[in-house]
Amino acid sequence: MTMSKQSDDLTQPLEAGRTFFNTGMTILSGVFTLLGLIPLFLVLFYVLSQGFSSLNADIFTQLPAPSGTLGGGFGNAIQGTMIMVAIAASISVPIGVLTAIFLSEYSRDSGFVQYVRFGVNVLAGVPSIVIGVFAYGVVVTTSGGFSAYAGGFALAILMLPIIIRTTEEALKLIPWELRLGSFALGADRFNTIARVILPAALPGIITGIMLAVSRAAGETAPLIFTALFSQYWLEGLNKPTASLAVLIFNYATTPYADLQHKAWGASLMLLILVLIISIVARIVFRRRS
Amino acid sequence: MTASSKPQIENLTTGSGKLQADTIARWLFQGAAFLVLAVLVWMTVVMAISAMPAISKFGFNFLIDKTWDPIQEQYGGLTFVFGTIASSFIAMLIAVPVGLGIAIFLTEDFLPENVLTPIAFMVELLAAIPSVVYGLWGIFVMAPFIRAFETWMNTNLGFIKIGDKSIFGTPYGPGLFSAGVLLSIMILPTIASISRDVLKAIPKSLRNASLALGATRWETIFRVMLPAASSGIIGACVLGLGRAIGETMAVTMVIGNTPQIDTSLFAPAYTISALLANEFAEANEPLHIGALFYAGLLLFAVTLIVNVFAEIFVRRVSSGRQ
Repeated sequence: MTMSKQSDDLTQPLEAGRTFFNTGMTILSGVFTLLGLIPLFLVLFYVLSQGFSSLNADIFTQLPAPSGTLGGGFGNAIQGTMIMVAIAASISVPIGVLTAIFLSEYSRDSGFVQYVRFGVNVLAGVPSIVIGVFAYGVVVTTSGGFSAYAGGFALAILMLPIIIRTTEEALKLIPWELRLGSFALGADRFNTIARVILPAALPGIITGIMLAVSRAAGETAPLIFTALFSQYWLEGLNKPTASLAVLIFNYATTPYADLQHKAWGASLMLLILVLIISIVARIVFRRRS
Repeated sequence: MTASSKPQIENLTTGSGKLQADTIARWLFQGAAFLVLAVLVWMTVVMAISAMPAISKFGFNFLIDKTWDPIQEQYGGLTFVFGTIASSFIAMLIAVPVGLGIAIFLTEDFLPENVLTPIAFMVELLAAIPSVVYGLWGIFVMAPFIRAFETWMNTNLGFIKIGDKSIFGTPYGPGLFSAGVLLSIMILPTIASISRDVLKAIPKSLRNASLALGATRWETIFRVMLPAASSGIIGACVLGLGRAIGETMAVTMVIGNTPQIDTSLFAPAYTISALLANEFAEANEPLHIGALFYAGLLLFAVTLIVNVFAEIFVRRVSSGRQ
């Protein structure tokens, strides 16, 4: 009697309130997840559907045309973005990779390394517009005008923390045994890094650089008052320079439908670049970790 | 120190040229790392010096003065500070619960792992979309939709007032509310993915113990998982806040760029970042440029503090994990 009573107690269903709360929260979290994914699909859908129709060969070869005239493209903006990202990469890649090697290969937990890692994280959190203000103060005011150099400098600072973090991540994935093996064969640190670790980590490092490049290519805030914009092909690295991102901003805020349409086209190009690189990066890093 | 062994040891350890390359390389790596720290200091110094004309003229009055008038050379940043705080606040109000919901959904086993992983990836993709693309989408797709929502709110809840002005005032479309919503989308991946990592790092035994004591899944989440992860989750939220405060292009495109402090949630406003984006390229007067640098310095200081806080919170978790 008492035995069966007890087992009845044990299987007694939960109070309605607790069950309701449990199921309710499960549904709520599912709804929130759905809610978070909707904007992604909406952005992708609109950029694809609006942008696709404005893509043609002219876009790559022509200069911007005033509203109302047929044709015209933004070849100069593509050129400008590529040049400024190249300037940025040539500054940030060496510094970034060297820093990451220091963080990963030399006394990982020493005080100085901790400070640098902290500094990198803080730098990653500095708003891109503030980096633009800094570049304005350093390059534009001293060199006397808006230029591709100024834009490239701002983008370099923006890319730096991304490159350092991803490179450090890639280096950490290399097993310790590889380093020990190299040391055991008599190599010093420098040779171990240059001949064993860097080659092994190269795919990860390149992916990190690509991620930084895709981020820099889409950044607008550090460029609007460092590189400004230009209606013409690049006349020199010390002259105002067009970029895809600033073009989108300028065209989106005009009242002309045909220019707005071009902004969607430019967005599509940026988005394709960013998405492809993100997906590749994801695959590379997941396979290795 | 016998004659036979010494040469061998010398070959191994000194090898003259080789050791030098090693030392030089070390200095190179260390120098690069030092450079990265130096950039932060350089940034602070440059901005502080450039802001000096405005700092010495306006001092802390800059923070409580509402007039921004380049013609009269009178600069006060209160309206921009208000816009920045208000838009970030709205963004946090939306993004924190939704982001946490996503983080929990992705760490629980409601769906099989091979469905959750792509979802987690898609949430992270939100962070990869350039800000200016969000802005473009915000102007042409989201703002009209928001305007419809605002119209509905205005007719149904327009009677809620502060003083004699409605909180849900005239619907505009572009305005504070639009900016807040767009910002919430942009900071969602930061909050969701870091919280998810933190939740995943909590030892399984903790949750099993709670379940074994008879707690339901969500009682376990609320009373065991979330408190255990609280430090990291706070860090994630603060990082999200930092992003929201500094975010520029998307906000500039949908906030309406009107320097005012209005009781209505829907009214156009202006943020510090949008001010910098709109006025820097055209500023010529030294005092105007100084005032803009002052605003930039303010933004830099605030995000710096916010990020250092986040860093401390997130680091506490990761050090506890090891």
